[in-house]
Amino acid sequence: MIVSVASGKGGTGKTSVAVNMAVSIENVQLLDCDVEEPNTHLLLHPKIDCEEPVYTLIPSVDEKLCDYCGKCADFCQYNAIFVGSEKILLFPELCHSCGGCALVCPNKAITEEKHRIGTLKSGVVGDLEVVYGELEIGEPMAVPIIKEVKKHIKKGKNVILDSPPGTSCPVIETVNGSDFCILVTEPTPFGMHDLKIAVQVLENMEIPFGVVVNRADIGDKKVYEYCRKKDIPILLEIPFKRKIAELYSRGVPFSLEMPEWKEKFQKLFNEVRRLAGK
Amino acid sequence: MKQLTILSGKGGTGKTTITASFAVLAKDAVVADCDVDAPDLHMLLHPDVVKTQEFKGSKLAIIDKTKCVECGLCREKCRFDAITEDFKVDPFSCEGCGVCAVVCPVNAVTLRDRISGHAYTSKTEYGFMSHAMLTPSEANSGKLVTLVRQNAKILAEKENSDLIIIDGPPGIGCPVIASVTGVDAGLVVTEPTMSGIHDLERALQLLTHFNVSSFVCINMCDINMDNTEKIESFCKERSIEVVGKIPFNPVVTEAMVNGKPVVEYALESDVAEEIKNMWKRLLSALKL
Repeated sequence: MIVSVASGKGGTGKTSVAVNMAVSIENVQLLDCDVEEPNTHLLLHPKIDCEEPVYTLIPSVDEKLCDYCGKCADFCQYNAIFVGSEKILLFPELCHSCGGCALVCPNKAITEEKHRIGTLKSGVVGDLEVVYGELEIGEPMAVPIIKEVKKHIKKGKNVILDSPPGTSCPVIETVNGSDFCILVTEPTPFGMHDLKIAVQVLENMEIPFGVVVNRADIGDKKVYEYCRKKDIPILLEIPFKRKIAELYSRGVPFSLEMPEWKEKFQKLFNEVRRLAGK
Repeated sequence: MKQLTILSGKGGTGKTTITASFAVLAKDAVVADCDVDAPDLHMLLHPDVVKTQEFKGSKLAIIDKTKCVECGLCREKCRFDAITEDFKVDPFSCEGCGVCAVVCPVNAVTLRDRISGHAYTSKTEYGFMSHAMLTPSEANSGKLVTLVRQNAKILAEKENSDLIIIDGPPGIGCPVIASVTGVDAGLVVTEPTMSGIHDLERALQLLTHFNVSSFVCINMCDINMDNTEKIESFCKERSIEVVGKIPFNPVVTEAMVNGKPVVEYALESDVAEEIKNMWKRLLSALKL
């Protein structure tokens, strides 16, 4: 079963929920898909036994063959190529690696070359497998690295995907193909607003989902009214406790120090399994 | 005209809370909400929309079933696995590149504009605001950020405003890059947690990469004083000024629930005091 943990708003506790659930159940693979700011390894300290570069393909132009016809620039939807009267400029950071420019070039002047955009790391802590990606500073495109992280998904494992915040491409790439998505929110106006956007995304994608309310005793009660009206299951409530916040700040999954929570995360996982029909 | 971006790396550290308070303190700055995926600033500044623009960020391939001969070339050449086995386009995977249209031997594929969101120009009690909303599950937030910043610039020029305050998205990828390129300063809001520190380092590297001067604010600094000290010495080593240390105070959430910037809602609080001091330091650093 593949369970993604997402949120809309950042900092609601996605990583906390993903990590605490991962350490509370068996046979787990935890894949950190927040490749811009991966954090799960800071709480789990896995022993990294594999590091590999992640590349995308970008065009390379042989100016001896190029006659500056401009067909590649006309084709490119991302403005990654500019063709002047006797000059061609490439903007690799805008390239989506579709390969179209090489296809449309009548003179075969364009080939593709590898461009490093990040690193993939994997390792274990106990019998928990951890995989995460790291986007290079200054590189804009997170999606190709998320795809690489997700290639590590093993059948028969309980796979947990920690999603980046937001509702655009990196989130879509992460949650796509999940059997269930846990949306983590906090009961504040910001949490509520961004939860609604995340719900629309999951409804568009037809992925079943439920909500975990973190810092459940702050803010207001509107998220509960909303979930009741929309018939969205509230899977777990985590109160705002100084001890939980402190453990997180030191990089310790709180269910390891507060064993009553281990049971709650096991229940959460079982409930997710039931709702996903697995 | 100067531009200041509030960013964080890690989400939920308090970017929007701080931006909204700056909007109150600045008087007549233009404010731009560049977190177009999950914009929240409008809930504190209550803008009245003056102008709405459609945002066409990308294209979507459409296969005409009456022409399609199911040869499979489009599926083979598509790098995004966007063409299903029954020759439909999966809109969540399609990046609108147009390769399928080029390779199709019977011209069965066309590209259609995709309305990916809306950009707004608005007026608030505190000045003008440029913001947007990406349609949920659409792509290209970076391009929409660029549009929000262009709109903010037009507003600032028209209103003779000497400062644009930009509320950035979390992360360090495309929409964040679009929010920091060409600005005069970046204020990274962090929290004294292991994740906060890790993400702060990456956000600072990003600012250096794009030659933007960096400042740091430690929010909820008393949650873990050891980590706060670590951040301070880390910044000192790199000659980065820590312009603010904001204590944890439930009044911040209360202000949010009441839809008000915290400097207005709790004028006398320690949080408001610290934000005001931080603002003064930033103004002098920006020579305003």
